[in-house]
Amino acid sequence: MLGLSAKDTGFLLFVTFLTLATPILLQPFPETSSLAQFNAGYPDLMQRFAIYGIFAIGFNILFGLTGYLSFGHAAFLGVGSYSVVWMYKLLSFNVLPGLILAIVLSGVFALLIGYVSLRRSGIYFSILTLAFAQMSYNLAYSVFTPLTNGETGLQVYTSDPQILMGEGSTQVPNLFGLVMQDSIKLPVGDWLFTFNVGYYFTAVIAIFVFYISLRIFRSPFGLILRAIKTNRTRLSYAGINTRPYMLAAFVISGMYAGLAGGLLAAMDPLAGAERMQWTASGEVVLMTILGGAGTLMGPVLGAGFIKYFENIFSKINESVLHDWFGALPEPVRDFLIAIVSPFVGDGWQLTLGLLFVLVVVFLPGGIMEGARRIGSIFRRKPAAAEPAKLPETPPAVAGDPAGE
Amino acid sequence: MTTTSHNVVLHVDDVRKTFGGLHALSDIDLAVEEGKTHAIIGPNGAGKSTLLNVIVGRLAPTSGAVVFDGHILTGKQPHEINQLGVARVFQTPEIFPDLPVLHNVMTPAFAKRDGSYKLHIWENLLDEKTIQEEAESILQDVGLWERRMDHAGALSRGDKRRMELAMCLIQHPRLLLLDEPTAGMSRHDTNTTIDLLKKLKERGMTKIIIEHDMHVVFSLADKISVLAQGRIIAEGDPEDVRNDPKVKEAYLGGAN
Ligand SMILES: Nc1ncnc2c1ncn2[C@@H]1O[C@H](COP(=O)(O)OP(=O)(O)OP(=O)(O)O)[C@@H](O)[C@H]1O
Ligand SMILES: [Mg+2]
Repeated sequence: MLGLSAKDTGFLLFVTFLTLATPILLQPFPETSSLAQFNAGYPDLMQRFAIYGIFAIGFNILFGLTGYLSFGHAAFLGVGSYSVVWMYKLLSFNVLPGLILAIVLSGVFALLIGYVSLRRSGIYFSILTLAFAQMSYNLAYSVFTPLTNGETGLQVYTSDPQILMGEGSTQVPNLFGLVMQDSIKLPVGDWLFTFNVGYYFTAVIAIFVFYISLRIFRSPFGLILRAIKTNRTRLSYAGINTRPYMLAAFVISGMYAGLAGGLLAAMDPLAGAERMQWTASGEVVLMTILGGAGTLMGPVLGAGFIKYFENIFSKINESVLHDWFGALPEPVRDFLIAIVSPFVGDGWQLTLGLLFVLVVVFLPGGIMEGARRIGSIFRRKPAAAEPAKLPETPPAVAGDPAGE
Repeated sequence: MTTTSHNVVLHVDDVRKTFGGLHALSDIDLAVEEGKTHAIIGPNGAGKSTLLNVIVGRLAPTSGAVVFDGHILTGKQPHEINQLGVARVFQTPEIFPDLPVLHNVMTPAFAKRDGSYKLHIWENLLDEKTIQEEAESILQDVGLWERRMDHAGALSRGDKRRMELAMCLIQHPRLLLLDEPTAGMSRHDTNTTIDLLKKLKERGMTKIIIEHDMHVVFSLADKISVLAQGRIIAEGDPEDVRNDPKVKEAYLGGAN
């Protein structure tokens, strides 16, 4: 179905289900429990899961398949955000024209940056992409201030033309009147579920672009990108000109980043140059590696993981810790708080850094490798009971030997 | 020099290659006839691999030119040279170690079918039945079909070489360059490879083969060129070369 094998179709349906059920799945604790602060099912955060998931899925097409590490993808994120806000200013608060512009414009940017950067490989390629992104960042603050509004950031003013806005038009981001920030709240017993328009809008787009990435992974194009990663020079002696493939992968991943940046502005009608900063480029690298570069689901999980940390761990401050350890005798409590507090609240990045180190050292394949190892523990027993036999149909093609 | 024959498909014309002060190739002239197996032998460091590097575009010659089937190869990119029908098995196997054997063999087939680039983004590899079947049948020919799911990096040196041969054969090259194709192989596998190469000859494939194993050379070669210190010191039928005193001298190391 949809040009996929039965196994992949099942996989896609599973991912679709998880994405659509996210507002329920991420809300496991009742509102009344003290664990409710670990719930992640609120619109803001879920939108970010989906948006950064898109960013990471696209990044993975470049980095995961070809091994070319770009340190400049945040530039496309910024281009996407500015595109959407400009369309708000010129046309109306309908997000659609802006998102289309975001994808097209970031594709053009990626074509230019990729064309130059791909003249080099390895560390030189990474440095070139970083340099381009930092240049974009600086230009946004200097030469391009008429376009970016410099440090204030780009936003919509009442004096803007907004030529498509009529009398009763919605004054907030919407899709043909469907307001992004609207939510339906559904209390079930002690639980409270929030179904947000913006989340579902980003989720449907995320599922669609995940499907595209799945198709790319399974295509001959994907095979050649993998071959580039493992031995690029061999491909040229096999008659393949690797440059167009690399450039295509770079542009596709740039367009994903532009779409993600556009969606950020579709949820919150602002765009600032800090979105282009090198830290934002580094973040998507961390997401991809943490989740498992070159796997389909890994980058999405990595993105969710990091955004969860950023939003949930950062909220655990000393008073929360006092609540947790309140029942303990005072010296024990103070001791525990002294140990734990540097790692939570503002220290969430410390914890994330430690986790990252642990993953890279012990699980170089990221979260997905961890999942696979756990899976193989459970699978070992039945496998031993059956005599080993050769597969009749080649699973390397049916499944996915390099990814997954 | 025997450039008089009519069906010459590859001409190496007065090629020189220096690395700094080292004369790796000097005044090389070579004419390879269509459908023939041309062996190049010579002691270590004689310049044999360098000559193949010049032919496939890995190295630019210091002077001279290579002409294949009317096309001047000198100055062309490796992928362009391959697209003209030149495929090569390298001395140290050049493969895709992280990909399964089957995908290693399928990859060059896309270049053969679609040209040097075609972005098949929207097709599924599973639907490439023709290419997959051909890859499997060639893997059967080289005796690696059972291992088609293994990662190529896990193969032994001899098996990697056979797989690389399969990667070349799926392209049905007009000229096949083999740099020590049986090095690292057992006696049995060497003989299977000889049989396979003989079969290719029956199909009319032109080959240049570099080999230290004289059993292989004399089983396959129609013509032999002997290279020593970057020069061709002898050339001719296997029998002539075998009895040439200069060749014996070069191999005994008393060339100067
Ligand atoms: N890229 C290079 N840069 C510098 N010197 C090189 C290079 N390639 C080859 N050489 C030198 O050129 C000479 C010929 O090397 P070549 O590899 O062609 O020998 P060969 O005949 O293939 O030997 P062998 O039988 O050991 O494979 C050697 O002295 C080698 O060190
Ligand atoms: Mg050699």
